[in-house]
Amino acid sequence: MPTEHLAEAMMKKSFHKLVLGVVGLSALSWSAVGAAAGGGHNPAMQLARNDVANVASLQRGARNFMNYCSGCHSAKYVRYSRLAEDLSLTEKQVTDNLMFVGERIHDTIKIGMKPEDASHWFGTTPPDLSLIARSRGADYIYSFLKSFYLDPSRPTGTNNLILPGTSMPHVLWELQGLQRAVYDGESDAEHNTVHKKFKEFELAKQGSLSPQEYDQFVRDTVNFLDYIAEPMQLERRNLGMRVLAFLIIFFLFAYFLKKEYWKDVK
Amino acid sequence: MSATMQEKGRMAQLVDWIDARFPMTRFMKEHASEYYAPKNFNFWYYFGSLALVVLVLQIVTGIFLTMNYKPSAADAFASVEYIMRDVEWGWLIRYMHSTGASAFFIVVYLHMFRGLMYGSYKNPRELVWIFGMLIYLCLMAEAFFGYLLPWGNMSYWGAQVIVSLFGAIPGIGESLVEWIRGDYYISDITLNRFFALHVIALPLALVFLVIAHIFALHEVGSNNPDGVEIKKLKGPDGHPVDGIPFHPYYTVKDLVGFIVFAMLFALVLFFAPEMGGYFLEHANFDPANPLQTPEHIAPVWYFTPFYAILRAVPNKLLGVALMGAAVILFVFLPWLDRSKVKSIRYRGWLFRGFLGAFAVSFIALGYLGLQPATPGYTLAARFFAVVYFAFFLLMPWYTRIDQTKPVPERVTYHAH
Repeated sequence: MPTEHLAEAMMKKSFHKLVLGVVGLSALSWSAVGAAAGGGHNPAMQLARNDVANVASLQRGARNFMNYCSGCHSAKYVRYSRLAEDLSLTEKQVTDNLMFVGERIHDTIKIGMKPEDASHWFGTTPPDLSLIARSRGADYIYSFLKSFYLDPSRPTGTNNLILPGTSMPHVLWELQGLQRAVYDGESDAEHNTVHKKFKEFELAKQGSLSPQEYDQFVRDTVNFLDYIAEPMQLERRNLGMRVLAFLIIFFLFAYFLKKEYWKDVK
Repeated sequence: MSATMQEKGRMAQLVDWIDARFPMTRFMKEHASEYYAPKNFNFWYYFGSLALVVLVLQIVTGIFLTMNYKPSAADAFASVEYIMRDVEWGWLIRYMHSTGASAFFIVVYLHMFRGLMYGSYKNPRELVWIFGMLIYLCLMAEAFFGYLLPWGNMSYWGAQVIVSLFGAIPGIGESLVEWIRGDYYISDITLNRFFALHVIALPLALVFLVIAHIFALHEVGSNNPDGVEIKKLKGPDGHPVDGIPFHPYYTVKDLVGFIVFAMLFALVLFFAPEMGGYFLEHANFDPANPLQTPEHIAPVWYFTPFYAILRAVPNKLLGVALMGAAVILFVFLPWLDRSKVKSIRYRGWLFRGFLGAFAVSFIALGYLGLQPATPGYTLAARFFAVVYFAFFLLMPWYTRIDQTKPVPERVTYHAH
């Protein structure tokens, strides 16, 4: 297990380089630029365009999360009761639709899988998702969930352009279908190799959702993850506006008070 | 009417009673209502009182955070999330504290730069300056210890990197590092002692040093943008003709400055508490993991100028020594500066040029310390490190030969 952890650590560390390697940008100057710019050159990266103020989207995202993610991923800092409150649901709706038997409304979202089993099955424990949107960003998760492609060399049968070598199987394949990664080949005679440059994904097997429906599904799920990463973010902005309004009024009083006092300074 | 008269009488009686036993009124007069400050303070003079405000903010929010934070490797990360999610107003207190940490350094850096521009470190204010530098050293230690407490992965690896720097000291290095950590790696024991230092030892030292800083300042009197000693010219009432009582004049003026600061503070706190990953780093939302380093370990922005100097030197011991020197050299400014003139207003172009180059190099090093150490960036860091040290080491030379202008008798002030 420690060696697997280390392997994962190594993978993370050289993540940018790996991505660049996979998509075939092997020119050294390019990888230096990519590393300097924080690796924003991954062509599979897309914007999530989610909106945490959209409660309907959050409700769908909560449903998606409970149906497709929470089997393996916990969200151990998130309480069901908080979801009810923030997502405009009654506690009964949450208990009936989002919770599993035996859990109580003030519990947090945990998983039944033992860590030993997890590392046996996947080589690693699936990460807790409470803060994933803050550590990786919403765009990253959105792109990740859209970038699984067929790769027979992987034990799961799929690989991912955003996190190459991920041990996560494409759990949403029934919805999205299965896609192939299409590359533009550039032969490099000097190094006797072909540089592959990622071009696009091509659907190899139809899923139950259309591409647009799948995008929305992923967007809702990411939106939910964004919300649980910082549940108070809407309240925070709301309070911020009121604090600023108060400070502007306070400023006027203080400014004229200062002017009044300083009149006699010659 | 008569009731209020009597009430007032009673208040005055109470004040008399206290004054007979404790120097309350005398203290208020000495440090506020009869502390004469130059009337020509400009924008740069807000940051002293703002630093005091931020210190109080950090202490008060820190007390409330401590009520729910658990300083153990097993619980620390979860307790911070508990504060963020389950404690009433916990998120607000936590963001005030995390934003306050960065705000403290912004305010203190501007406060120090003011000192450089107007020669506030020069005779007779050497001790004011030295106490200030001790405050800055404590502040750096305080920030470093505090940064480990959330027990995120960047907390962990940041502490790992910085503590290991002490290993560069020949002979005792490795045992010193073990002694600091209390373990063979950053562990629960390290977290516990950093917590003790962060919540008790350094705040206590900071408060005492701030008091010493203000007492020393009020003994010699404040400098001003003209670098004129206002005490030299006193009116018939015995007060400096260019001085005004700190209270009410500067209390009302600093209030305006404080509100503007509070607006900027609120913009960050409520709308960008992570400040794009500079105030709260993304990798710190992953719990500490001794087996997995973050992709790119960089200290928080306020340490990066010194971190860039460390990385720019190929030899580890020399790098650590130069990084230390970059901080410590400020202490010697009162004796490195040979100019007869305090303020930049009456100094020549040599000093202005060196100070400008220093400011640019400080910001450039800060930027470079956040970037990966590519050969090009390392070269740039070396260049700016040379400029940085040149400001200090060449100072005795360029301040002596610099063409200064005559300093006026009285401060420059245009009534509004």
